[in-house]
Amino acid sequence: MSLFKQPMTQDEYYRGVRMARYDLVKELTYALIGVAVIALVLAAAFSSPDVPPITVASWAQADPVDFVTTATGELAGSTTSAGYGAPYNNAGGEQSWGPIAPQVWFGQRIPVDSANAFVLQPLAYASVGNTDLGKALGAWKTASADQQTKWLNTYTDALGKATVTDGKVTVADGDYGPLPVMMNGLLTVAQSGGLDGLLLTNGRFYQTDYTQGLLFIGDSGYLDGLATAANLTGSQWGMMNETGQYPGQTWLWLYTMWYQVWPFTSDTGFLGLNGGNADLGIVFLMTVLTAALALVPAIPILRDIPRWVPIHRLIWRQYYAPKSKAAARA
Amino acid sequence: MLDQKAVVTQPAPKTAASTPPAASDGSWTLRTRQWVDRVLPMDHLLPHRQPYYVGSWVYVFGVVTIAALVWVVVSGVVLSFLGPQWWHDSSLGRFFNSLHFWSVQLFFLFMVLHLWGQYFMAGWRDGRAATWMIGVVIFATSILTAFTGYLSQLNFDSQFIAINAKDAMNGAGVGAFFNVLNFGQMYGLHVMLLPIGVTFLVVVHIVMVRSRGVVKPIAPEGRSAK
Repeated sequence: MSLFKQPMTQDEYYRGVRMARYDLVKELTYALIGVAVIALVLAAAFSSPDVPPITVASWAQADPVDFVTTATGELAGSTTSAGYGAPYNNAGGEQSWGPIAPQVWFGQRIPVDSANAFVLQPLAYASVGNTDLGKALGAWKTASADQQTKWLNTYTDALGKATVTDGKVTVADGDYGPLPVMMNGLLTVAQSGGLDGLLLTNGRFYQTDYTQGLLFIGDSGYLDGLATAANLTGSQWGMMNETGQYPGQTWLWLYTMWYQVWPFTSDTGFLGLNGGNADLGIVFLMTVLTAALALVPAIPILRDIPRWVPIHRLIWRQYYAPKSKAAARA
Repeated sequence: MLDQKAVVTQPAPKTAASTPPAASDGSWTLRTRQWVDRVLPMDHLLPHRQPYYVGSWVYVFGVVTIAALVWVVVSGVVLSFLGPQWWHDSSLGRFFNSLHFWSVQLFFLFMVLHLWGQYFMAGWRDGRAATWMIGVVIFATSILTAFTGYLSQLNFDSQFIAINAKDAMNGAGVGAFFNVLNFGQMYGLHVMLLPIGVTFLVVVHIVMVRSRGVVKPIAPEGRSAK
């Protein structure tokens, strides 16, 4: 029998079948009213999640050391965004599965230079009228790459024992070059809210693209701390959850489940799928499973399960009832 | 809404489906009307009688899914009309945002129940595979629509979801074109293209259901549920 072509008209299909009166419009009206009442009651009783977003300013004010550590990491190229690869840069951190590497295929379509966009360019703006900051930035730019690396390494180590005094980050004495002045200058801009605007601007007045700001915040340890406290991280079923006691995107349960199980939790994995390329592997797997769901009518066993499992006998109880009882009801 | 006390037997067909089409005289309009009459005559679109076994509660899941979708769209239109800041800045806006949120939750709950109900009824039998397949596409498109909605909330959840979701999108190569960190792109998709897509597919799904009618129960003798 064809999967797609109906063998007869609807009238022929139902010929001989007992028909009962049916009011489709009344049923839809009742459904609209009923669902509206349920939704109104739920909205009035439970509201909806709306935890205010974090800003670069709130991050810099709440955790100056983390902010400066992250910004220093951007200069050193050691943050997630700096080493991400496509589509942001060519750092080469792309995922692949054998010859399948769509992240590489589509290339650097959303260019983001983390060191320049998050640190150096904002400092260039902030150094206008700030002689000390201007000199420090000049010293950084004229230093050799080796010298910059030495300053970054010693300053990064020192930040592990940094303290905060009057909102400024202080480290033990050492040879950090211009970095302390630069980073405290950036911290001041961030704490004032100026960096939020600088990360959003792109030479145009209207902006709706938050790629740079979100990548910078995403590099921080501050975000991870908040997310862990709200049970939102990947090991806590990630995107499926949301803040508060709300249901979240429960329909993503199967997608997020794969991140919790082997081989996507493993370093070695299976057939080349592992934790390193879990995103690619899981999206690929979910695409295959969704296609399989759509093709259930053509897949033996899957299409036969409804016949084997007698749930349909509960659904159509009346149809399967002994004829005498059905006739009595009719 | 099935009235079990009023059972009649299906008479001989009287619809346009069984009558020979009139000559079209080359008129595209007349041909289109004849095609519509043949595929979906009015008494199939708005039937006042159905097979007696349609009395099962499982059939309600489809109707309440549509009802939830209506409230999702209505509350979404109000939210989009008054702008993305409104639902954060006013109590009425927050209430409409909550109404939208819970309508979406109900929509998915009912849709999943409808999907499982149709699976165990093997609703794709007798030439209805396309109806099932479009239903699955609606489910997938709805997930994408809800996802862009979560990204458009302008709150901490949307920030965290965007920062994490980018890895999945980028890993699959999709992120080069579907930038979850770009609010403008996500908001545009959420309030315009994707809802139009879901609504269009739902209309097609309903037309296919009404055109073909509900599937008969699985034969008691146990024929394959194809």
